[in-house]
Amino acid sequence: MRQNSNVVALHAGILASLLILFFITSAYHNGNLARIMVLAVFAMGYNFLFGYTGLLSLGHALFFSAGMYGLGISMHHLELSVLPAFAVALLFTAMVSAAIGFLALRTTGVAFMIVTLMFAQAGYLTILLFGKYTRGDEGFVIQQAERTLFGLDLTDPSIRYFAAFALFAASYLFIAWAVRTSFGRCLVAIRENEARARMLGYDTARHKFLALLASGVLSGVSGAGYALLFGYAGATFASVQYSILPLLWVLLGGSGTTLGPLIGTAFAFYLVDISSEFTSAYLLVVGAAIVFLTLFFPQGLAGEIRRRIAPWLP
Amino acid sequence: MEFGPHFLLATLEGALTAAVLALTAVGLSVVFGIMRVVNVAHGEFFMLGAVIAWFVSTTVGIHPAVGFLLALVVAPVMVGFLAIVADQLVLRRLDYDPERTIVATIGLLYCIQQVTLMTFGPDARPVIPPFNQRIALPWFELGEQGFQVTWPWGFGVTTYKLAVIMFAVIILVGLWRFLARSKFGLIMRATQLDREMALAFGIPIERVYAIVFGLGAGLAALGAVLIVPIRQAHYLMGGEPLLLSFIVVIIGGLGSIPGTIMAAILIGLSDGIISVFFSPTLAKIIATLLVAFVLVYRPQGLFGRRLP
Amino acid sequence: MKKDSTKLLSGVSRRLALKSIGALGGAAAFSSIPGFTGMVHGQTDEPFRLGFQVHRTGIGAAYGRWYERTTNAAVARINSQGGIDGRPIEIIAEDDGTDPKRGAEVVEKFATQHNCDAAFGTLFSHVVIGSAPRAGELKLPYLVVSEGHHVASGILNRYTLQPCITDVKSQVQAMAPYVHDNLGKKVTMIYPDFAFGHDHRDYFSEAFARRGGTILEQIAIPPAETAFTRYFPKIPRDTEVLYHVMVGPAVLTFVKELGEFFGGSGPALFGFIDSLEAVDINSPGLEFLDGSYFWEGMPRYQQQGMLAYDAEYRDAVGVDANGASVSDARDVSTYAHMFGCWETLHFIRDIVSRAQGSSNMKQAMIEAAESVTDITESIEHPQGNKLFNGKTHQVFGHQYITRVNGGRLDAVHTTSIEDTFYPDEVDYTQQEF
Repeated sequence: MRQNSNVVALHAGILASLLILFFITSAYHNGNLARIMVLAVFAMGYNFLFGYTGLLSLGHALFFSAGMYGLGISMHHLELSVLPAFAVALLFTAMVSAAIGFLALRTTGVAFMIVTLMFAQAGYLTILLFGKYTRGDEGFVIQQAERTLFGLDLTDPSIRYFAAFALFAASYLFIAWAVRTSFGRCLVAIRENEARARMLGYDTARHKFLALLASGVLSGVSGAGYALLFGYAGATFASVQYSILPLLWVLLGGSGTTLGPLIGTAFAFYLVDISSEFTSAYLLVVGAAIVFLTLFFPQGLAGEIRRRIAPWLP
Repeated sequence: MEFGPHFLLATLEGALTAAVLALTAVGLSVVFGIMRVVNVAHGEFFMLGAVIAWFVSTTVGIHPAVGFLLALVVAPVMVGFLAIVADQLVLRRLDYDPERTIVATIGLLYCIQQVTLMTFGPDARPVIPPFNQRIALPWFELGEQGFQVTWPWGFGVTTYKLAVIMFAVIILVGLWRFLARSKFGLIMRATQLDREMALAFGIPIERVYAIVFGLGAGLAALGAVLIVPIRQAHYLMGGEPLLLSFIVVIIGGLGSIPGTIMAAILIGLSDGIISVFFSPTLAKIIATLLVAFVLVYRPQGLFGRRLP
Repeated sequence: MKKDSTKLLSGVSRRLALKSIGALGGAAAFSSIPGFTGMVHGQTDEPFRLGFQVHRTGIGAAYGRWYERTTNAAVARINSQGGIDGRPIEIIAEDDGTDPKRGAEVVEKFATQHNCDAAFGTLFSHVVIGSAPRAGELKLPYLVVSEGHHVASGILNRYTLQPCITDVKSQVQAMAPYVHDNLGKKVTMIYPDFAFGHDHRDYFSEAFARRGGTILEQIAIPPAETAFTRYFPKIPRDTEVLYHVMVGPAVLTFVKELGEFFGGSGPALFGFIDSLEAVDINSPGLEFLDGSYFWEGMPRYQQQGMLAYDAEYRDAVGVDANGASVSDARDVSTYAHMFGCWETLHFIRDIVSRAQGSSNMKQAMIEAAESVTDITESIEHPQGNKLFNGKTHQVFGHQYITRVNGGRLDAVHTTSIEDTFYPDEVDYTQQEF
């Protein structure tokens, strides 16, 4: 089982490098990495449904914003402290995901794309409709003084980094474990051929439902973490572009790989950040880079590594 | 406004939305139906149509109508040509892989938006309609003094809006006949039904795909030229038509052009009519959820056949 | 103010010339004196690094472009006069994409990568609210030009200020008396279903009712809407004034369809120029606007004998008497808002000079700003006199009402500064740094 030990070494190596990066990078990249790690949880959640189960959703902004507002509203209006607010956010996202799973999983393929897109749009408009509490597009601030956990100030750069790391590591290890269980293997079987998986006796409906639930909750974790660590909740995060972004990150990084979402999120972030330093027409660079990547790295960055160098890559 | 005229006005507005949506969505529908790819940049082709219409109509300064008529030809052709280039340079090389096409067309979307921003600028710019008279509409009431004709406040329509609806109908009927009767229509349908078989019969699939992609983009641009005298050209205007036509294509049933047209009419009208009964944002939510629930209970779309 | 003056005087001796000016003029009239700052030589060659958060892409791009031009003009002027305390300004412009997430990232970049001394810019309030927490945490003075009520409402932090453009709450309530006394007593409001629109709805309704008027109907338009005619039948027949404010790319469609709906027989129209910023008032389809009224932060068309420094300011930013670019008459500016960038840059110059000698420059800048009261009309502040409230970090100033008259906007009313006052909602000076 050399491959097995490779995988374990890889996971440990990734997490260790993220810890080491904290000490060797500048304050600026520190902040970026914290943000990337939180958003990578979103991408990993998306990948769980898309990359492993083969369901392309265009509505994940709904789950992200459910987490964001679940935490934000509980802290801002109900004056809960961080832990209970986080629990509310998770519970709320789980409920939303279950409802969407119940309805949307009656469809597959393009119909699933549209149904999830429509539910997410309805969610976005609902946030605007209840502008009295959500402040609509403008959003609201979660005050610095409230963002403490066990007496630790979450707005301190180092504590923020390690909080983001904790969220990332927990989600990463969860996914790394889940895809190696028989449950995870069944998801891949569904992706490859659902009818065959069903014929083999798997309850594919249940598997898909649980995959969507896990995917939604992970996205909610990311949304809640984002609101908590960066102090803001707003309707922009519920808009359609935040449904397309995780898809883009996952496809750039490599769908169906554990590492792909992190790579894709970091790549997309630095692509914008670095190209905007050289030219104000940076969207042109970003667009061209995306086209170039799809042409020459058809399976995403991590996917190509797996194809060309390390076939054992999880 | 009274309920009656309000309802009729909303229906008229819905019909206008439906007309332009039908053109744009049929463009996406042929691409989706035949090539089986989601073109995320479809809305940008729409936007380019509007922007080119602005350039043409402001450069040709003879009479607004001349510039507009010219734009009606130039914009779809240019956009169609651009789409063919994109197809040859990018999509063909991706083997029309569905997922990679999504990503690549997202990339194209960024490029097209940025280039438009740098040349056309960030402002919304108007195009003068070739003609535009406001017609006040009458309303009939059975009141205490018997049958009465009234002219409700604000109850009217412009000649240009009516012309857009008619023009869209003509184009769609023409397209339908073209696809049903012409040899190219036959080839397209053959490709849609069975790609391998079509290939075996010597149909140049790649050329068909390129033409289909160009045709789809051209139709979107045509819809945009028609609407731009009513709703100005702006570099971010492509988002809404993309979403709406995407929805229409799925609701109509994948690859079914009559279904797409019916769905465009349904969605355009319901969007207008629902707004009569609810507050605007609530009306949007209801219209959105309606689409979702139609698909939840009829995943193959309203007019599509269930795939095996 | 006295305390502040003595602190200034205790600084380094070679700065004495400047400081005595600050001490003499600082309390009563906060206006910089052209020429004098130019004589001061900096103690360091290090440029004053100013992060400029700008809407280059996204729905705010039309504003961003003019914010950038105004900023460049102000920087050229300040640098030609010796910069900020002898240090030339170096603008580090970053696109925020009119997006709160990118906005926050950009603010971080200013603070931690570019080592900026301060950041400013940006109009859209969701970007401000998304970015401000990061500015506060990173202790970076963040001066916004947004006209949102976010700063004064108390939700932001001690490092965030809006020193040179008034907020929507004060603008809107100052309009109520004029609308009531001159246009009509029964108003229907149309506004975007955004927080910005809700501010209009709430603060105008309140002020209008106080004056004795009635709001008949409030029509909120969903975001990203592109067709509006179907919402107009909700306007009650007995409406005397239609109050409209829209933002985003579809504004021109909105105003045009409004005209087509009424066909020349509608109620009086009162709008916020936000509905037509960067749009030529003479665009085809807008003919019916003739005779309608607009709020303007600063009149787009040059007014005879009104603002003493308007002409000079127009020259500097490259705008003609009609509010369009001098190089392209079709390129209409966002004149009612962009003065905020020009004034904010000069404000920064002033607070930095007043904060000199402090070991913690960023904190001292905030303290210097908080001690500001009067801002006097000058070429540095061409929009007019203002009153800065150090507790709420928000400035108050005159508002202009103009009327469309044969293709141009003519001023018909200037509100007093007092018309824009409302009770303080926060005291930021009580917050720790």
